[in-house]
Amino acid sequence: MIQLPCPWCGLRNVVEFRYVGESRPRPDPATTTPEQWREHLYIRANPRGQVLESWYHSAGCRRYLRLQRDTVSNQARPVEGAE
Amino acid sequence: MTDQHVRTGARTGAGAPAGHRLDPQPGEVIDRSRTFTFSWNSRSVAAHPGDTIASALAAAGERVLSRSFKYHRPRGLLTASYHDPGAIVQVDDEPNVRAAHRLVAEGMRVSSQNTWPSLRYDIKAVNQLAGRFLAPGFYYKTFIKPERLWPVYEKVLARFAHAGTVSPDTPHGYHDKRFAHPDVLVAGGGPAGMAAALAAARAGARVLLVEEEHALGGHLRWGGPGELDVLAELRAAVAATPGIEVLTDSAVLARYDDNWVAVVVRGLPGGGERLIKARVGTLVVAAGLIERPYVFAGNDVPGVLLSTAVRRLINLYAVRPGRRAVVLTANADGDAAVRDLRRAGVDVAHVADARRGEDVVRVHGRSGVRAVELADGRRIDADLLVTATGWTTPMALLNMAGVRPVYVPRAARFVPGEALPDEVLAVGGVAGDGTLEQLRAHADAVGAEAARRASARRATMLATVPTRPDGALLPPSDQRPVPIPELPLDDHPELFRGRTHGMVDFSEDVSSADIHTAAREGYDSVELVKRYTTVTMGPAQGKLETVNAVAVLAEATGSSIAATGTTTWRPMHVPVTLGALAGRIHEPVRHSPMQPAHDRLGAVPLVAGQWIRPDHYGDPAAEVRAVRERVGIIDVTPIGKLDLRGPDVPALLNLLYVNKWSKLEVGRVRYGVMCAEDGVVLDDGVTGRLAPDRWLLSTTSSGAATVWEWVENWLQTEHPDWQVHVTPLTTAYASINVAGPRSRELVGRLTEGVDLSEEAFGYMHVRTGRVAGVEDCVLWRIGFTGELSYELHVPAAYGLHVWEALLEHGRDLGVAPFGVEAQRILRLEKGHLIVGQDTDGQTSAFGAGLDRLVKLDKDDFVGRPELAWEHETGGGPRLVGLQPLDGSVVPPEASLIVADGSRILGRVTSSRMSPTLGRSVCLAQVDAAHAAPGTRLTVHLPDGSRITARVTEHHAHVDPDGTRLRGGSGGPVGPVRETGVPIARSAIAPTGPTVLEDGWEVTARRSTVHLTLADLSSVTKMAVRAPHGGAVAAALGTRFGRIGRIVRDAHGALVVGSGPGEWLVLDVPGAQDALRSRLVELVAATGEFASVVDLTHGRALVRLRGQRSADLLAKVCAIDLADDVVPDGAALRTSVAAVVTDIVRDDRGGVPSYLLHCERSSGQFLADALLDAGAEFGVEVDAYPEPAPGP
Repeated sequence: MIQLPCPWCGLRNVVEFRYVGESRPRPDPATTTPEQWREHLYIRANPRGQVLESWYHSAGCRRYLRLQRDTVSNQARPVEGAE
Repeated sequence: MTDQHVRTGARTGAGAPAGHRLDPQPGEVIDRSRTFTFSWNSRSVAAHPGDTIASALAAAGERVLSRSFKYHRPRGLLTASYHDPGAIVQVDDEPNVRAAHRLVAEGMRVSSQNTWPSLRYDIKAVNQLAGRFLAPGFYYKTFIKPERLWPVYEKVLARFAHAGTVSPDTPHGYHDKRFAHPDVLVAGGGPAGMAAALAAARAGARVLLVEEEHALGGHLRWGGPGELDVLAELRAAVAATPGIEVLTDSAVLARYDDNWVAVVVRGLPGGGERLIKARVGTLVVAAGLIERPYVFAGNDVPGVLLSTAVRRLINLYAVRPGRRAVVLTANADGDAAVRDLRRAGVDVAHVADARRGEDVVRVHGRSGVRAVELADGRRIDADLLVTATGWTTPMALLNMAGVRPVYVPRAARFVPGEALPDEVLAVGGVAGDGTLEQLRAHADAVGAEAARRASARRATMLATVPTRPDGALLPPSDQRPVPIPELPLDDHPELFRGRTHGMVDFSEDVSSADIHTAAREGYDSVELVKRYTTVTMGPAQGKLETVNAVAVLAEATGSSIAATGTTTWRPMHVPVTLGALAGRIHEPVRHSPMQPAHDRLGAVPLVAGQWIRPDHYGDPAAEVRAVRERVGIIDVTPIGKLDLRGPDVPALLNLLYVNKWSKLEVGRVRYGVMCAEDGVVLDDGVTGRLAPDRWLLSTTSSGAATVWEWVENWLQTEHPDWQVHVTPLTTAYASINVAGPRSRELVGRLTEGVDLSEEAFGYMHVRTGRVAGVEDCVLWRIGFTGELSYELHVPAAYGLHVWEALLEHGRDLGVAPFGVEAQRILRLEKGHLIVGQDTDGQTSAFGAGLDRLVKLDKDDFVGRPELAWEHETGGGPRLVGLQPLDGSVVPPEASLIVADGSRILGRVTSSRMSPTLGRSVCLAQVDAAHAAPGTRLTVHLPDGSRITARVTEHHAHVDPDGTRLRGGSGGPVGPVRETGVPIARSAIAPTGPTVLEDGWEVTARRSTVHLTLADLSSVTKMAVRAPHGGAVAAALGTRFGRIGRIVRDAHGALVVGSGPGEWLVLDVPGAQDALRSRLVELVAATGEFASVVDLTHGRALVRLRGQRSADLLAKVCAIDLADDVVPDGAALRTSVAAVVTDIVRDDRGGVPSYLLHCERSSGQFLADALLDAGAEFGVEVDAYPEPAPGP
C-alpha cells in the first residue's frame, strides 16, 4: 500500500487519507457559464504522470493538503497551499 | 550425528532401521530415540519426531501418495519439498496439506485426496482413457452449446475437481495479525540470506529473517561435511547476533508499493496462521534457486525424483529413496546426488551425463518406475530415476517489485533484469552463481548496503515527523554505498523437454503435447497458453512449471525462450489461509450512553452506519400512538453536532446553507439545507445560536462526519482567512428527544434555569439549563415528529442518568421510549423528508420541495449556480406526498411510478402504515408534470401488481397546519423533582465491582501485573484552538506532536499538541470550571482568535502501561512506535483498530505508557480491541491510578 507525505504528520499509509480530487481552480460562480461550471464539476484530466491533487488526512491531523503525485510510480510530494 | 561411516546395503538384526530407513546421517533432523505412529489411509505407519508426513511414508516404502487432477494418474514424490505436486494430502479435517513440509505428529490421521474408492484403485483413472476428450481448453470447449446441459456438466466436473474435504464442524481458529517495521527483511534463510542478515544486523539494522522451512540453512542442510560446518557456524552467529528476529516455517507472501510486505507465520501452536504486515526499509530477496523437472514420457510416474529430492530424503531424513537408480545429471548437484545415492546403498545402475549429450527417453511403469529407456536405445531396469537438469530463479517477489526477468541462454535460466528499485536487493542463487565463499562475501556486502539504505530512508522519514523532540539527532546518513562484488553466472546446458512428450504442469495435468495443441489452435502467446491450458495455475504457481512451459511454447511456435517471455507473478507467493488474511476483524461499533437502558428494555437493535440504535421496543405502532397521545422519548445521540465559534460563523452558514443566517438572534434556531456544488441536497439540520459567538449546528446522523469534513474543507481551502473554529460534539452530548402533548410537563419536572412557558420558550428556540441536576444542558424546541417536543443535549456521561430520570418521573404521564422505526413513521406522517431516503444523488433542493428555503438573492452559496439555472428552466422531479386509494396497501419503498404501461415517472421513497390515520402514507419523487395535488398515479409493486395512489395537497398527512407543534396538553409545568446526584458514566463499561469517584462510576478493580489498561475517561479535557505558532502556542508551552505541562500545584495539567493549531489539556476529574477559567484567561491575554471547548464528555480516554505496551499497539496500529519515532513526550493521531485515535506517549516511573483517546462512542470498541490484542501479553484492566494525581 502506498504512503503519502502529509506535510504535518510525515509519511503515513494511504488508508489514513480520503482522496478529494484533482486540484483545479474554482470558477467564479457569479460569472461562470453552465459549460465552464460543469467542466469544473465533472471533467478530470487524469494524466499518466504528474498530477496536482487534494487529500484529507482524516485519520491524522485532519488537514486538507495538496500533493503532486506521479500516477505511475505513486511518488508524491507536498505542495504549498491546501487547495 | 557425526558418524561419518554409513553401512551400505540392508542390515539385519535388532535395532536395524525399518523399511527404507538408513543408518544415522550427519545432518539428519529426525530424533531416532522416539518412535510413534500415525495413520495413512487407515493404516498405521511409524515415524520419528522431525519426520515430515512424506519422509515417514517414504521410509515405510509408500510410493504412491495421490492421484493427479484430471487424469487421476498415480503420483508420488517429485521434489520432496513444500511445492511437491504429488505430495498433497488431507490431515484430519484440513485439506491440501503439503506432506513434504508438514511435520508428522502422533496420532495424526492422514489420507489421500481426490481418490475413490481408494488410492490404489481409483475409478476416475478411466479419465486417462478419455484423454482425448479432456484436451486442453476442454472446459472452454465443453461449455458452449447446448446451454441447458451446463448444470449437468458442472455437477459432473465438480466431483472430479481437485479437493480435500472441509468439515462444517471444524472449530473456528483464532487468527491474529501484527504490524512490523524492520529496517531489513531477508526473504530466505539459506547461507546467503543468513550472511546478509548478519551483515545488516552488525551494521545496526533491525532485521527480520523469514525462512519457509522449519530451520535455517537452505541447501546447506543436505550438503556434505563442509557445508554442514558452515551451516553450524552461520546458525550460531545468527543466534548470537542481536537485532535479528528469525521466523521459520514462515513465508513472504507478497511485496507491494513502498516495500509493504506481507509475511505469514505458520506452524503456530494450536494450528492456524498469523499475518505480519511489514513496512520494510530494504527488502533482500534470498529465495535461492528451485530445481526444475525434466519433460519426457513418464516423468510423473512415482519413482522419478529430482536430485534435491533424493538428497533431502537421504541426508535430512535418512531414507533410501529406492533400490536401483538411473541418474540423468547436467550439473554438480546431480553429481553430488550420485555420491549420496551410493553412500546410501542404492545401486546406481547408470549415470547419463547430459553435458556429454546423453539423455533419457522415457520411463516404463504405471504406479512406479520399472525401467528407464535411454537415448541410445538401452533399457535399464530400475525403480528410481533421478534428474538434475537445471535451476529456475524464483522471480515472484522481484517481479512484484517491478523487476522483469531476462533469459540468459548460456545459463539456461531467467535472471532478474537490470533495474531493481532502490529498496530491493538480491543475494544468493537469485543474484548469481559462484562458490559458497563468493556467495557469502556478496551477501555480506549486500547486507551492509541494505542496512545503509534503510538507515538513509529512516533518516528522511524522521526528519518529517512532528513527534521528534527539537534538537534530537538524526541517524547519520552515510553517503557512500557499500561496494558489492559481482557474481559469476555459470554455464548450464539447456534442458527442458527431452525427445518425448511428458508432464509440464503436474498439478494441472498439462503435458507438453497439450501446449503444442494449444499453439496449433491459435493460443500461441504465453499469456493465452497459460489461461487456455491452465499451465502454471496450480498450487506451485509456476515455480516448477513456468520455464518448461515457456520452452515448450517456444519450440511449438518456432520462437526463442527469450522472445516468448513469461507471464506476470502476482501475490500471493505461496498459498495462505483466508483466516490469516482476515485476522482480527476491526469493525468499529458506536454506542450511545443510553445503550444499557435500551438493552434492559429489550430494544430490537438497528445497525445504522457504525451506530447501534434501538429500532423499536416491541411495538412501533404503539410507540407512535404514545407520542401522538401522551409523551415519548427517543435516543437521537447519533445526530451530528458541531460547535461553531468565531465572528465569521454567519458568513460560513450563509455560504453552506441555501437560506439566510445573518440575522439569527441568540436563542433562536433555524432549519437549514446544505447543497453540494452541483445543487444536489447534501444534508439538512437545525442550527441554533446559543451565545453571541457560539452556534450549535446539527446534521443528520449519517451525515455527521461528512458535514464536518465539508465545513473544514471550505474553511481550510477556500476561506482560511475566516475566523471560525469547528469542534465536533456529536458524541460529547447524549441527545434525547422528548415528544408529545405532555412533553412540556415532563421536561418541566426535571429542568431548572429555563422558563418553559410557550411565551418564553417558543417553537424554534434554544436554551441552556440544568436537567435532572446536570449542568450545561442544551434544550431546543424543534419538531421532527410534528408534536410539541424538546430535544435535550446532555453531557454524554450523564445521558443514562437523564434518560432514566425521564422514564421514572414521566411514568404517570404515560411516557414510553420510542425507537427509530416509530420516529420514521411519525416524521412521515408529518411529511418531513430524510436526506438520502427521500432524496438521492441527483435530487436538487428544488426537487426536494425546498423552494421556499432557497434564497437565490443571496451572494454566493454552495450550489447556487446550478440552482439558479434550474430555477430558470424548471422541470425535473418533485417530492410529493402520496396516498394509495386503498389505504390498507403499503407499497414497498422504491416501488416505481409508471405511466402508459412502462414509462417510469418516479418512485416511492418512503412508505408506512400510519397508526394515527389507520391508512398507508407515502412520500414519492415524481416528474414535475405529474406532481400536482390530486393527480392519480399508478404504482407498480415488486410483485408485478399495480395500485392507484393520489398526490396529496401537502407533504404532511397529519396536522398539515402544524398546530400540534405549538400546542400541548396544557398540564402543569413543574415543580422540579428531586433526581438524586447525577452519576457520570464512561463509554467503557467497568469490569467487576464499581465505586463512585468524583461523581463517576468507575471500576474498583486494581491490578499489579506488568501490562495494564486503565479507563481515564473521567479526567477533565479541554480543547484549545488558536493559531499554530502564535502567542497562545507560546503560552501553552508546546506544539503539535509534543506534550508539555502547565505547572500548577504539585502536579501540572498535561498539555498535548494534538494537531496544527489544536491542543488538548488534561487535568484531574472535576476540574472543568477551574481549568476552563485559566485557559480562557490565558487565551484572552494574547488577544488572538482562540476557543476553549470542554471535551470532558466527548472523548473516551485510556492509559496503557507496561514494557510490552508498544508490542500490544503494534497489533492494532500501523504506525512505527519505535523510540526514535514516538519517544516519551510524543503525541500523534492515527488509526487504532480502525478507530481514529490520539496516541500520547507519557511514560510513568520509567515504564513505557501511552494515553489513547477517541471520540466517546467508539470507546468501548477501542478498549475491547486493546484488551483482545493484549491477551497474549497478559494485559489486565486496572483502576484509575492512585495515589499519583493527574492524568
